[in-house]
Amino acid sequence: MYSDKVMDHFSNPRNVGEVEHANAVGQVGNPKCGDIMKMTMRIENDVIVDVKFKTFGCGAAVATSSMATEMVKGKTVAEALALTNSAVAEALDGLPPQKLHCSVLAEEAIKSALADYYSRQGIDPVPIVGCSPDCDACGREH
Amino acid sequence: MKSYLFQTDRNHNFERKDYCMPRFVYADNAATTRLSEKALSAMLPHFKDVYGNPSSLYRFGQQARSALEEARKAVAACLNVPSEGIFFTSGGTEADNWALRGVYEARKARGTHIITTAIEHHAVAHTAEYLRGQGAEVTCLPVDGTGRVSPDDLRAAIRPDTVLVSIMAANNEIGTIQPIRELAAVAHAAGALFHTDAVQAAGHIPVDAADWGVDLLSLSAHKFHGPRGVGVLYVKKGTPILPVIYGGGQEKGKRSGTENVAGAVGLAAALTEAAGRLDAEAARLTALRDRLIRGLLQIPASRLTGHPTERLPGLASFVFECVEGESILLKLDGCGICASTGSACSSASLDPSHVLLAIGLPHEIAHGSVRLSLGADTTGEDIDYLLQQIPGVIADLRAMSPLWKG
Repeated sequence: MYSDKVMDHFSNPRNVGEVEHANAVGQVGNPKCGDIMKMTMRIENDVIVDVKFKTFGCGAAVATSSMATEMVKGKTVAEALALTNSAVAEALDGLPPQKLHCSVLAEEAIKSALADYYSRQGIDPVPIVGCSPDCDACGREH
Repeated sequence: MKSYLFQTDRNHNFERKDYCMPRFVYADNAATTRLSEKALSAMLPHFKDVYGNPSSLYRFGQQARSALEEARKAVAACLNVPSEGIFFTSGGTEADNWALRGVYEARKARGTHIITTAIEHHAVAHTAEYLRGQGAEVTCLPVDGTGRVSPDDLRAAIRPDTVLVSIMAANNEIGTIQPIRELAAVAHAAGALFHTDAVQAAGHIPVDAADWGVDLLSLSAHKFHGPRGVGVLYVKKGTPILPVIYGGGQEKGKRSGTENVAGAVGLAAALTEAAGRLDAEAARLTALRDRLIRGLLQIPASRLTGHPTERLPGLASFVFECVEGESILLKLDGCGICASTGSACSSASLDPSHVLLAIGLPHEIAHGSVRLSLGADTTGEDIDYLLQQIPGVIADLRAMSPLWKG
């Protein structure tokens, strides 16, 4: 069902845990749906110098979290913002159709952390990051 | 101990693929079982030697006919019913479909109300759903926190136009055993027919269809070390039921299709074998199961699902908070352990199991379910290995979980 790459990232996940002195924290998903991803980052001079994740979810949720952290580590914020869910899925040699939402969640987790990074500096993240995936928390009409 | 998994090559030959695992433990016997040696050797001649069609007049065909009828008698003896009531099907799913659709079609002029429960297997639940679309009114009885159906709830739900009550004998996910004799009596007192899906029960606990007083009963061979692709619907004499499969009029016109003689013979051999050692095997499995349950409940934030004592001898089912079932299974697979889950992520629907929700578990907890089902091959060493590996798997996943604050 899963590619070797998915199984590799599930069995040996990269960057698990929480970054100390993080200045960007994002969490998406909810326990009811069975997926939660939490990303913590340390961003210095606009570069993601460290990123870690914690995930509650299926094999694909863990693997996409792990791959997404690998893809943004050492990158600039602008590069990280350009990360798409399909790029994450492709990097894992594909996901089963019913698991594609896990890659969407991974993209959203990265964006949620970057939105937090801007908010902490008093910058409205919405024009830069886009609308928060957490519609309930956002409160904006659109 | 050397352990292995099998891989097939292009010519469908199996080759052993060695893994660096200390052990291979198949703990998914509620999904399917290994074919018993006795069943296999009983079946083999019917594939290659006695391959005549039981409907053929010549002696070669009649030889197959007599094997089929012997199998029918053996199954009837195990269920304590006359052999005329035994109809071979393609499995438990067909038997369940036939029971519900066949009785509904035969009795819909009298009434269109059907009662079932919130924890039935999809073979019953989705058939009931189909019948709802055909004009049936379907009541789903709730269950308590252990998965038991209350006879009082059935008594309250039953109506003069109730034509059929279908309640499973034992649940496939949580192992809870229902008081079938009592429930069937309630149905009969109100003039309704009673069907039980005994797919998980047959061969594992005593299934006496006469003593239970059921009108219809489904079973499936591959759940008790028989072959896949064959099952039985027992239909008590005089029960109104129409066929759902039409054709050459086999099985007294009730279930057409050239008989799966080898399958029926294998089913009968496996059921006879299971019935012969039922008490001893149930006692052995119950001891192993309870040791497994006691051991795994040492894991923090874990709980047993289903009834503590009224449960299948070989079935242990759990939920572990803050971890997700599919992840648990993948990790267990890495340790050489085959298990199953009712987690959403393991299904196409992304909804957790209806059974776990019906016993009152919240969604977030139902996601962390694991079912371990033991069978004839399970040993004490297997239980030791499960107890040795599973706590570490849960701890590893919790270390990765943002929900775990332990």
